[in-house]
Amino acid sequence: MPISPIQSWSLILTMALVTAGIRFFPFWVFRKNTPKLVLYLGTVLPGAVMAMLVVYCLKDLDLLGSNHGLPQIISVGVVAVLHKWKHNTLLSILGGTLCNMILLQTIFAV
Amino acid sequence: MKDKTIGYAFRASLPVMAGYLVLGMGFGVLLHDQGYSWWWAAVMSLLIYAGSLQYLAVDLMAAGAGIITTALMSLVVNFRHLFYGITMLERYKKAGRVRPYLIFALTDETFSLVCQGDLPDGVREKGYYFWVSLFNHCYWIVGSVLGTFVGNILGEHTQGIDFSMTALFVIIFIQQWETAKDHRPALIGLGVSLASLLIFGPDSFLIPGMVGITLALLAMRKFPARKEGE
Repeated sequence: MPISPIQSWSLILTMALVTAGIRFFPFWVFRKNTPKLVLYLGTVLPGAVMAMLVVYCLKDLDLLGSNHGLPQIISVGVVAVLHKWKHNTLLSILGGTLCNMILLQTIFAV
Repeated sequence: MKDKTIGYAFRASLPVMAGYLVLGMGFGVLLHDQGYSWWWAAVMSLLIYAGSLQYLAVDLMAAGAGIITTALMSLVVNFRHLFYGITMLERYKKAGRVRPYLIFALTDETFSLVCQGDLPDGVREKGYYFWVSLFNHCYWIVGSVLGTFVGNILGEHTQGIDFSMTALFVIIFIQQWETAKDHRPALIGLGVSLASLLIFGPDSFLIPGMVGITLALLAMRKFPARKEGE
């Protein structure tokens, strides 16, 4: 261990408290009446946030690098097509993930 | 009517099981490399329960970072979770005694499973939220502990398997797109995140992106959606 157990504990508890604090914050602040504006945000955020999470997952793609991020980009396409076609969540995830693994480990292997 | 809540929650959580076991193991391997045994991984996954922060935690602990630095990093990395609370505010208000746990366990992946309103008949809303949260939390803990045992045995054959998480978010994005009458929130989310990524780079685009999304959504409120067929 690079640091002592006590130091480790203090860092772990810090991260746990801050993370829980962020998650609880809206519920504390708006525990009585929620302003209309916040309720409005609650209805439109899911769509916007899911797009943000997709971008977040792909943020480290190196478009100018050796494989131009192609394995992931192709796999996202596979997921979209599979899902539009069958609307089966597990099938789409399995198909896309296998596609990504095969591409990364064979055609685009470094 | 037969109560299908637990079974339905379990099936809904399967994609997250795949993602969390893999990502959790990745974290466990890294933590183990720093000389921490399995129960440290279990404690961290139980108490912190935040994927990207725990990966970062390994670096912070390896570098012997201070508490202030660690607190600031946690704040920045998990700031997006504020959005999830705002979205679930009303629905979690009625959750009774499991409410604190639901809020504590509101990760990206759990949010993606609870933010869609429609549940089939025979599935209790509150129960669904609870079981999905608990199942996901368990996968994460189990994955991270496994990681400290298996180390790098699996080697390169798992390379790219973490894509399951990306796939899950893509699918939920598509589902939301298909049910939404107004596509502007999704387009704003996509456009602003990409713009922010280009301007601020991968390590710091989230917070400017979130601010931009919030402002754009607030501006959008002034322009009601056009009715169908117009």
